[in-house]
Amino acid sequence: MNIIISNSTNTPIYEQIKEQIKNKIISNELKMGELLPSIRSLARDLRISVITTKNAYEQLEREGYVETIPGKGTYVANKNVELIREEQLQKIEDLIDTAVSIAKLSEISKTEIQNMLDILYEEE
Amino acid sequence: MGNILEVKNLCKKYNGFELKNVNLELPKGMIMGLIGENGAGKSTTIKSILNVIHKNAGEIKIFDLDHKKEEKQIKEEIGVVLDDSFLSEYLTPADINKMMKHIYKNWDEKLYFQYIDNFKLPKDKISKDYSSGMKMKLKIAVALSHHPKLLILDEPTSGLDPVARSEMLDIFQDFIQDEEHSILLSSHITSDLEHIADYITFINQGEIIFTKTRDELLEKYGIAKCSKEEFERIAKKDFIQYRKNRYEYDILIEDKIEFQQKYHIQVMDKPTIEEIMLIHIKGEK
Repeated sequence: MNIIISNSTNTPIYEQIKEQIKNKIISNELKMGELLPSIRSLARDLRISVITTKNAYEQLEREGYVETIPGKGTYVANKNVELIREEQLQKIEDLIDTAVSIAKLSEISKTEIQNMLDILYEEE
Repeated sequence: MGNILEVKNLCKKYNGFELKNVNLELPKGMIMGLIGENGAGKSTTIKSILNVIHKNAGEIKIFDLDHKKEEKQIKEEIGVVLDDSFLSEYLTPADINKMMKHIYKNWDEKLYFQYIDNFKLPKDKISKDYSSGMKMKLKIAVALSHHPKLLILDEPTSGLDPVARSEMLDIFQDFIQDEEHSILLSSHITSDLEHIADYITFINQGEIIFTKTRDELLEKYGIAKCSKEEFERIAKKDFIQYRKNRYEYDILIEDKIEFQQKYHIQVMDKPTIEEIMLIHIKGEK
């Protein structure tokens, strides 16, 4: 598993860890029931403080992506597919919302955006 | 999760220097970095904890035991590195082993030589001929070889080059893989602590200014950089201290997100521990 930490962005380190693990769970790179590295070993391997990794794991747990069994470790939780889909849709909506505001600001028509979307979606 | 070390209202008075009501709590499994200028009281605090110097007032508990009454028992379980060497420089690692075997009940000869090998220290050379990095590694090997639960280190990285420092930090992180283990270390090289310390305690002129988690300090704090005009519209209660420079004002903020919702200052930097320290010491309110 790769986790890449940047010290020069404004995104807090615990946030970077959280997002990257979350994305790996969503994309199924980390599978349900898989054991994550312990807080301490992850801290050592990333050369960051224990509290930082603890923070990241706690947030993942609060959002339902992982489960901690005391004395055993932290596991990828039973994925709530609906919930993740919901969250992704929300993200997309926010981004499209931004796109629409920009379009309206510069009088770009709905058809133009729709065309753009068609092309972009096909490219994927 | 209990505390491995607790200091309550520690006071120590010297001629011209005073530690005033120092309070510290170090939980198990954590690393705490003590930062401050030279002469701020870091070493005095550490030496009081170790009962090397006698405190005037206050309570110090290590492993829940009084640091004076149960000193012998406590010292079996702590590893110490002080700034000024406590080992004769005319001893070889092999000599030191012979000595330590008689000092610590739990001295682990095998582990000690394992560290000596890992650190690539020549066994039969007196430490006087070692480089400063090697000397420090030797001290750390000695401090670790009786299976301590708590490491107390005064300036363990000063005088080391970046490679040796990074090796030290690895050793410390290995040590706290056991969640019963903790480390208290002082350093004025704050970048070392920025990475691995869980808690940062800042001491200035004998007083604790704050203890914060690394994340609070480095992710929540901010330094706003702005003009005199912008500075003047900021309420005093919304910043900690500021420093007036020739061309700009540096303002230390406790919660940069909250602050930005109110003021929208263009430049908001992520602070380093060094900058936080500097604005505290050199700044005004």
